[in-house]
Amino acid sequence: MKLSEIKKIFNKGIFSENPILVQVIGICSALAVTNRMMNSLIMGIALSFVTAFSSFTVSSLKDKTPKHIRMMVQVLIISAYVIIVDIFLKAYMTDMSKALGPYVGLIITNCIIMGRAESFAISNPPIPSFLDGLAAGFGYTLVLLCIATVREILGFGTFFGFAVMPAEFTKWTLMVMPPSAFFILACIMWAANNYRTKKQLKGVEKK
Amino acid sequence: MIEVHPLVIFIASIFTSNMIFSNFLGMCSFIAVSKEIPTAIGLGIAVTAVLTFTTILNYFVYWYIVVPFNLEYLMYIIFILVIAAFVQLLEMVLERYLSSLYYALGIFLPLITVNCAILGVSLFMVSRQYNFIQTVFFAAGSGIGWALAITAMAGIRSRLSEKSIPEGLRGTPITLIITGIMALAFIGFSGMVQIQ
Repeated sequence: MKLSEIKKIFNKGIFSENPILVQVIGICSALAVTNRMMNSLIMGIALSFVTAFSSFTVSSLKDKTPKHIRMMVQVLIISAYVIIVDIFLKAYMTDMSKALGPYVGLIITNCIIMGRAESFAISNPPIPSFLDGLAAGFGYTLVLLCIATVREILGFGTFFGFAVMPAEFTKWTLMVMPPSAFFILACIMWAANNYRTKKQLKGVEKK
Repeated sequence: MIEVHPLVIFIASIFTSNMIFSNFLGMCSFIAVSKEIPTAIGLGIAVTAVLTFTTILNYFVYWYIVVPFNLEYLMYIIFILVIAAFVQLLEMVLERYLSSLYYALGIFLPLITVNCAILGVSLFMVSRQYNFIQTVFFAAGSGIGWALAITAMAGIRSRLSEKSIPEGLRGTPITLIITGIMALAFIGFSGMVQIQ
């Protein structure tokens, strides 16, 4: 595989086809775990791992899976990887596993993984599918970390657990509560939309 | 096990612990399908029905198969299989016997398998250790709460379509902001009842 192709895949997953901002899929967990940086980072890594490996497996098995039961097969592959993640978290990061709670299991129904499997892995060889899944996972992690930065700094006055705000800083309780996640994600999407329309306008002018 | 009256769980899962506004479950279809009221109601009913039945099924599967055989680590696979199989079965039964309902709800059924709310409720049922009656009320309440949220959102969005909104905000971002405001309103209920 050429370097330029790899670059293209990553650019697509992280920017031009970012799963959350552009395709608007997989936002359930994006909103639920973003009150702390650490939670978001672990969630992002877990999702990247599951997406990459399940894309790889789906793509390797694509000639052997019957067409009409392929959804079932994909769900089974995804759940197998999610179970690996869950057991790993339970064994090595007990606190994190408790903090994420049922949201680890809910990676199975995260539409990003199914979406990548259906739209890319099913018609491409294993290695590019693996990279494509990894790229989509990174795009997801990036957005999660952006939301979590705002929420943790304003809501708890900390960043990755370290106090960054002065002691007299009043914590914004709203930022810890669910509504703030919606507002912040909406603002990020708004900015991303504006950036894209500007870019498109520039492209039109150049032509 | 915490002793909470089933009715309290029912009310709380509709209002204070609403699946969408406080647990963020089922957001994908919530945003994609909340453009018109009739389709929103259709999906809401379908989700409520599937959610209630699959959670009850998963309750029995969990307590009579998973726990006795020490299969907790396979819980996710088992739950998702039960859900997928139930949806498939429901689709076949509806197609065979109630074709009018099938054509009304048919397009939503495949969407339901990947609706996080369904799997989420089953997982919450396990992590909160509900008994059977509590499970039934929790599942039904969560489904009704989800249907209520998507119907209300569809109502707001159908009014919104004629308003002038900044271009970058149109579509998903404005929907998220409205959801945020609705979530704030639903927090107002939290003085009423509280679970967890």
